[in-house]
Amino acid sequence: MANVKLTVNGRAVSRDVPDTTLLSEFLRETLRLTGTHVGCDTSQCGACVVHVNGKAMKSCTVLAAAISGGEVTTVEGLANGSLHPMQTAFNDNHGLQCGFCTPGMIMTGVDMVNRYKAAGRELTEEAIRHELEGNICRCTGYHNIVKSIQDAAAKM
Amino acid sequence: MYPTTYHKPETLETAVAMLQGSEEGKIIAGGHTLLPTMKNHLAAPTDVVDIRGIAALHGISDDSGTLVIGATTTHAEVAGSAVVAAACPALACLAAGIGDPAVRHAGTIGGSLANNDPAADYPAAVLALGATIVTNQREIAADEFFDGMFATTLEESEIITAVRFPACEAAGYSKFPNPASRYAMVGVFVAKTNGGVRVAVTGAGEDGVFRHDGLEAALSASFSPEAVDGVPVSPDGLLTDLHGDATYRANLVKVMAKRAVLASA
Repeated sequence: MANVKLTVNGRAVSRDVPDTTLLSEFLRETLRLTGTHVGCDTSQCGACVVHVNGKAMKSCTVLAAAISGGEVTTVEGLANGSLHPMQTAFNDNHGLQCGFCTPGMIMTGVDMVNRYKAAGRELTEEAIRHELEGNICRCTGYHNIVKSIQDAAAKM
Repeated sequence: MYPTTYHKPETLETAVAMLQGSEEGKIIAGGHTLLPTMKNHLAAPTDVVDIRGIAALHGISDDSGTLVIGATTTHAEVAGSAVVAAACPALACLAAGIGDPAVRHAGTIGGSLANNDPAADYPAAVLALGATIVTNQREIAADEFFDGMFATTLEESEIITAVRFPACEAAGYSKFPNPASRYAMVGVFVAKTNGGVRVAVTGAGEDGVFRHDGLEAALSASFSPEAVDGVPVSPDGLLTDLHGDATYRANLVKVMAKRAVLASA
């Protein structure tokens, strides 16, 4: 067993879990934070993307024990009193169809906007499409997802 | 995945001792190859030794003209490094094209090289640039490092600590990514070095990354896309799979070689 200590969405947690526990399992099954979805479980679809120490990662391919001591933000931790601009933009632009990929899309969206702003680069529509290559929407509703991220980028 | 014991040592010596003291230990860094393999039950290490806690294995520096990249440096860090961009922009460009943004935040250069996936990007850069793989035991020239598909000349319990890239005049990389996985169906790295032009091809060879003598000779004579035209690229020894057959890949080698020369800086 591994003792995993994390700060998840600003809250300190400590749990003893098997060494093989994936971060996605730790979040969903141990902490019951089921906003993070598991689609493919093979690090391709991006439904499980969360932020680990400020960086977007696929939580199905991270051992919880490996990031012990770190900080994790999930889709549940984005809203701070009111919805995060990325969440509002997905709502306003109908950036979803079935909604399964949405948590990963939103976490990836926030990560890309933060990175482009920090580097002083313009997040063009083309760049957004390129940045989304690790997030799959099987409803293929990409147009509104791209619009949502563009909208949020202007407000973040 | 089958049960395993996770370790995160803070020194190389401890990491080696843990590997040697385990029944079947594996090194883990970004984990983006090992964890999926363990999930599939294709690997079942009794112990995984995470080398990301060893500070000396991480980071990028310029050692009087030689670019040194620590083994646990992630693809995103290489892609975004001003030091890499100044020394070898083609390498930054290659790193920026591996997987997707989340994968690049986790995957490492050392992991990519130790795994030697026949479709991975880094082996092409390391072989074309004539880099040196530094381990806890020795230094291995790129030409002596890759040893067939998923195989290297690394010994048991030998750990890559860094990769040293010598300065080059110009270099370029171009790949035709598999649309689903983003692994190279064919990737070609060209480098103008002191010893002439070196050309390494990934994604295409049945035995993994390889240098192409014909392309090297033609591009050494004239470093231009047109020089590639007259070079025969044989499909013999190239991969055939559901993504494309050997003849298709042989053609892609030439197309990617031209684009790599055009992209060279």
